[in-house]
Amino acid sequence: MIGLIKEAEQHLSGWGNMAGERSRVFRPERVGELCDAVRAGEGSFISRGLGRSYGDAAVNADGVVSHLRLNRFLAFDEVRGIVECEAGVTFEELIRVGLPRGFFPAVTPGTKYVTVGGAIAADLHGKNHHVDGSFAGCLIDFRLLTASGETLRCSREVNPQLFWATLGGMGLTGAIVDARFRLRRVGSAYVNVDYRRTADLDESLTAFAEGDAGYDYSVAWIDCLSRGRSLGRSVLMRGNHAPADEVPHVTEPLATPPRRHKRVPCFLPNFVLNSWSVRAFNTLYYHRHGDRRAVVDYDTFFYPLDAVAHWNRIYGRRGFLQYQAAFPAQTSRSGLIALLEGLAASRQASFLAVLKTFGPANDGLLSFPMAGSTLAVDLPNTGPAVMGLLDELDRVVIEHGGRVYLAKDVRLARHSFEAMYPRADEFRRIKAAFDPEGRFDSALARRLGLSHTAKQQRAAA
Amino acid sequence: MKENVLIVGALSGIARAIAGELAAQRHGLVLAARDRDELARTAADLRVRHGGQVDTMSFEALDFASHPGMFDAADRAVPGGLTGIVFCAGWMAEQQLAAADFAATRQMIDVNYTAAVSLLNHAANVFEARRRGWICALSSVAGDRGRQSNYLYGSTKSALSAYLQGLRNRLTPAGVAVITIKPGCVDTGMTYGADKLPFLVGPEVVGRDVARAIARRSSVVYTPRLWWAVMTAIRLIPEAAFRRMKL
Repeated sequence: MIGLIKEAEQHLSGWGNMAGERSRVFRPERVGELCDAVRAGEGSFISRGLGRSYGDAAVNADGVVSHLRLNRFLAFDEVRGIVECEAGVTFEELIRVGLPRGFFPAVTPGTKYVTVGGAIAADLHGKNHHVDGSFAGCLIDFRLLTASGETLRCSREVNPQLFWATLGGMGLTGAIVDARFRLRRVGSAYVNVDYRRTADLDESLTAFAEGDAGYDYSVAWIDCLSRGRSLGRSVLMRGNHAPADEVPHVTEPLATPPRRHKRVPCFLPNFVLNSWSVRAFNTLYYHRHGDRRAVVDYDTFFYPLDAVAHWNRIYGRRGFLQYQAAFPAQTSRSGLIALLEGLAASRQASFLAVLKTFGPANDGLLSFPMAGSTLAVDLPNTGPAVMGLLDELDRVVIEHGGRVYLAKDVRLARHSFEAMYPRADEFRRIKAAFDPEGRFDSALARRLGLSHTAKQQRAAA
Repeated sequence: MKENVLIVGALSGIARAIAGELAAQRHGLVLAARDRDELARTAADLRVRHGGQVDTMSFEALDFASHPGMFDAADRAVPGGLTGIVFCAGWMAEQQLAAADFAATRQMIDVNYTAAVSLLNHAANVFEARRRGWICALSSVAGDRGRQSNYLYGSTKSALSAYLQGLRNRLTPAGVAVITIKPGCVDTGMTYGADKLPFLVGPEVVGRDVARAIARRSSVVYTPRLWWAVMTAIRLIPEAAFRRMKL
């Protein structure tokens, strides 16, 4: 039949609704069409899944390949707990297919609306990083469509360079076709959670250090607007998957009752989230959570925000940023204090702030996690005010030997990136070897100098 | 009752949605399409998501002579034989391209009409002799009235609708149902990138409607339903006025 690669024009941005670009978008429904788009198409591409990266990682006016229709399961080994699927499969689908069989994603981020391809590209982490590491930990291998049109299998043994460049590589090494990874065996759809309120940052860090070994999942909501003696006061939420016999009043432990979903129907006015409304929310939230133990369903524990569709609209049309930094263990405390003080002093409102301990880093060249601590905060886009603040925080992070998470980033300066990611040049060499013409490119790559290829060097010269 | 269904053109977005609905109802499936590798992936996906039996067949829409043999092979592949067939193969070339290039028009006629008749003639004979079974095919609202923006594609679907109408008239005494599906604008690879598509829906909406139409042995189903009203209104416009309209 007449081969034709269809394209659409769409305005695409990240989840933070900033840095959008009118983009040429392809949406292949067959692997063959994906290959055709890359082989025959002109210009550059970046793969895109559900667009949950906050910044400009999946933005590229020149070409975006949506993987949402390449979402087929290829195999599900219930004996070994291994699934093989195309990169467009979402975590929501993984759970829908896996949970009735007694399996849950081994590593999951705070939303189930991400794809497997995105999980690899961001080497994302979850509340269990201190025990299980990032998504790399459960990943066996994947097949990568590279710029030459070749599809290469990549694992720790085969094409290991490409494997570790692609994990955290933000889609810049090629398009992931499919992947194999392990799931976690669970007895129920529920989690035994211990909630604990702490008075300040030191109490939180001590509690993490002393108690985390007893929990698969550990995270803290942190009040970023409190200052002085209660700087860093938090609510720790730590838990383990509940065995089937510990789930009360439920006949089918691997299922959850259907829940009603709410949605934010439109962008709210920009003024809705201000330092006063957020301070009120934070105070209420902190005092509502006493120390208690509860059995909660997985949606409530892992994906609280998924219950509200389009929650990103509450920040208004101006959009918002998420700033997530990691610090090495030795400098975690002083780094976090400096960050929290900077945030609190700026009075930039953040009601979604999360603190967590990271386990060891892996070999991913641009992988984010490092042994130590991480803090993530949401900030409304107040323009120069917030941008100036974040530039300051970058300096704090660099001074403490830390880094910020590229999957959340929309504004990091190139020189800061170089200081945070010492293996960036190694990444560039591998990218240049497999993608000399710069066929895979994104707004993030251009901003951070990751699309610096032979072609662009020639153009610059 | 458990059905054994042959889905032809099984790699289309709508076919995948229909297959998902039928597999979820534990029906046995035989998927037929040209690309064997892709077919194997789609079949694997249905098995993982829904369990159950999913077989595959190679299908070449334009190799008309191969159609009866393909149908018979599928019929033998499932225990108890086929009880139904869903014809989803379809091709749409952009109107202006097709108007300028007869090869593109010909491709639409051959896939959308000739291939359907070639395969369904045989299916009709088999089901009629057995006095059971059903035939479902995807036509289109585009076939309800010729419009300047899409009449080449539309006329192939119009022919298909008339064919199915006659087939239904013939097979009803034998207890064989013929189900005509008329989807509106559906967000699949076929329409991807086209602008100004009214009432666009995802393929899962059509999948649900088709599964329901099959269960009820409906005759003609518009999906989503509002297209019935839209097309009824469009059909009622007198030709004297219609010929001057920009539709």
